Amino acid sequence: MAKEQSRKAKKNPIGEFFKDLGADIADIGTTFAKGGFRTRVSYLIMGFGQIFRGQVLRGFMYLFVEAAIICYLIFFGWDYLKKFTTLGTVETGKVGRVTVYGDNSFLILLFGILTIMAIVALIFMWRLNIRDNKKQDELLRAGKKLPGNKADWLSLFDSNFDKTLLALPVVGIFVFTVLPIVFMICVAFTNYDATHQAPSKLFTWVGFENFKNLFSFASTGFGGTFVQVLIWTIVWAFFATFIDYFLGIAVAMLINRKGVKFKKVWRTILVMTIAVPQFVSLLYVSKLFDSNGLINGTLLRLGWIKTAIPFWTNPILAKVMIIVINIWIGIPYLMLIATGLLMNIPEDLYESARIDGASPWQMFKSITLPYMFFVTGPFLLTQFTGNLNNFNVIYLLTGGAPKSGSMVGGAGKTDLLVTWLYKMTINDTNYKMAAVIGIMVFIVTAVISLVVYQMLPSVRDEEGFQ
Amino acid sequence: MAKQSSMKRNRAIGNFFSYVVLVLISLIWLFPFVGVLLNSFRSYDPAVEYGGMVDYLIPKHFSLDNYKFILSGQTNYLKWYGNTVLIAICVAVLQTIIILCVSYALSRMRFKGRTFLMRFWLILGMFPGFLTMICLYFLLKQIGLTQAGAIPGLILVSVASSGMGYYVCKGYFDTIPKALDEAARIDGASRARVFLTMIIPMSKPIIIYTALVAFMAPWCDYIFASYIAFGHDSSYNVAVALYRWMNTGDYQGYFTRFCAGGVLVAIPVTVLFMLLQRYYVEGVTGGAVKG
Repeated sequence: MAKEQSRKAKKNPIGEFFKDLGADIADIGTTFAKGGFRTRVSYLIMGFGQIFRGQVLRGFMYLFVEAAIICYLIFFGWDYLKKFTTLGTVETGKVGRVTVYGDNSFLILLFGILTIMAIVALIFMWRLNIRDNKKQDELLRAGKKLPGNKADWLSLFDSNFDKTLLALPVVGIFVFTVLPIVFMICVAFTNYDATHQAPSKLFTWVGFENFKNLFSFASTGFGGTFVQVLIWTIVWAFFATFIDYFLGIAVAMLINRKGVKFKKVWRTILVMTIAVPQFVSLLYVSKLFDSNGLINGTLLRLGWIKTAIPFWTNPILAKVMIIVINIWIGIPYLMLIATGLLMNIPEDLYESARIDGASPWQMFKSITLPYMFFVTGPFLLTQFTGNLNNFNVIYLLTGGAPKSGSMVGGAGKTDLLVTWLYKMTINDTNYKMAAVIGIMVFIVTAVISLVVYQMLPSVRDEEGFQ
Repeated sequence: MAKQSSMKRNRAIGNFFSYVVLVLISLIWLFPFVGVLLNSFRSYDPAVEYGGMVDYLIPKHFSLDNYKFILSGQTNYLKWYGNTVLIAICVAVLQTIIILCVSYALSRMRFKGRTFLMRFWLILGMFPGFLTMICLYFLLKQIGLTQAGAIPGLILVSVASSGMGYYVCKGYFDTIPKALDEAARIDGASRARVFLTMIIPMSKPIIIYTALVAFMAPWCDYIFASYIAFGHDSSYNVAVALYRWMNTGDYQGYFTRFCAGGVLVAIPVTVLFMLLQRYYVEGVTGGAVKG
């Protein structure tokens, strides 16, 4: 039943949207036709109706928002918005000895986007304002009283408490996450890079040029490097997730074993890796395996090897090392999670298996693992996507090295997409390609999440293990 | 009888091997920490010993030179340390408040756009964080919160987007029976009252978990801190400063001093974490199972 409903809801979302939009516009029209003069004035001066119906607080809120946004548009936003299509035409130059500042493409793009969003917000508020007026008109016509200012104010702590709670977080996320993300998506369609640095130089729209570059396999194209980095990113995430997962469960089972004492001590020792800041422990470990670090030094001194083992300079060895050292970080988390879960498995399952003569391995394979998979499915997925973007481990251990002449954009053999993105931002200031890579990371994460989520046993069959 | 004793022997052998493996694991896991600690006691003074990397673990002369150097004021270490503590405390407090508010709203209230908001945030979370770094930098620069003002800038950025990390906390709120809320509301309590006087006192474990995680993140933050404080020595946090000691040209001489700085910065977090371990485990396990 629920499924049918959801399928109906999914049916042609675009058509639905336009249908809703049409109904909305019709509603705006009829409200104007039917409404009193207060409602009609509110179409121009938001909050007018509310103020003159006695809801001063609410009315001034609308009025204030309208005034603020319109002031922003007139005195600030419009200057940027009108240059939005070209991102500026006047380059900064020198007249004699004086620098004359021209257009700043960066600010034009940033504030242009902000202005467009402000206009959308204004339209949204305007619509809310009309709906509010309509509701008040209807209430008054029905002979009811409107809630007073005090009730309005108090509702913010009761029936409208969600608005109070969410206002600040939503604004914060909007300014410091949504706006920057939209901005960077736009940058992916411009030529903003080291040779087009604002404010001294202009940059402009280039369409899909950067995406073409990403998939071009010519010598200067990003295609070859992108494919290499992408494959390593996925390989790394796969190993980092699953090796840690199985070893973590194994360690948890070992500590949980009947007869093993000092369980708390063992756990505490492992958990130390979570507590100690990674930039201390991982940087030390990375130096430990350095060509003149402790490990190589000791082995050389003992005469076991003749030359230093190239832990960080041989690409394959470096990749293996990263995965191995990541076990050191990953096991404690998994151990913590698995410990609690293992205790939840009904003991009689094991008991009956034992009576049937199952070996420990068989019990692990057909009771423990399926149970763990079922319960931790979503966690494994987030773990996997987290590893796709696991910046710290790579950056602190190798910094993406060893570098390779055959790779563009300063990428090294152990770079993940995110560390590559970081390098292009910081070292090369190649913002346009960094933005393109960022979008690719998003696509990879989103596709994997969606596909795997549908396949999870706990999603397909919720009753499975209960 | 014979069978029983052989089983006993098997179990004893099994236990023995378990201990061997566990001791091995413990050694491997503790090695880096012991290494950092021992290195921090090796003097950097060439007259005594050497401050770079060496091929032996235990220092030949036990010395406190590195700690003296760090605490003497020759560098800004104390300032960096203060910055780190300040950022961590502010972020922990503010982020916890925001996450509690968002979680309560999403767990208890049903309002228009609720599912849209949750889905939208989920999708936003799939963008890599570094993507927005340049833009954030210039945004902060516009309001003067970079370089000299990097500390409030960092706090602002970490707190502003923290609402998206509501999952674990909301999962916890979902397990508190709604009947409690409803009973209180029938007695005339407003939503805000229910939230402040009922839900929050019942959520001690999750509040501690949220605050602990929020406290530890800026303690280790390197990337963003280094970008925003770029080139302004006195607004670094410890992570940025120590990373530079390790990876600038003369890290050879600064290696032991890095270790000493690392020990000092690791002690408070480690102690705090160990004390609150129980809550951390609860939060992590709860979060993992609910997904």
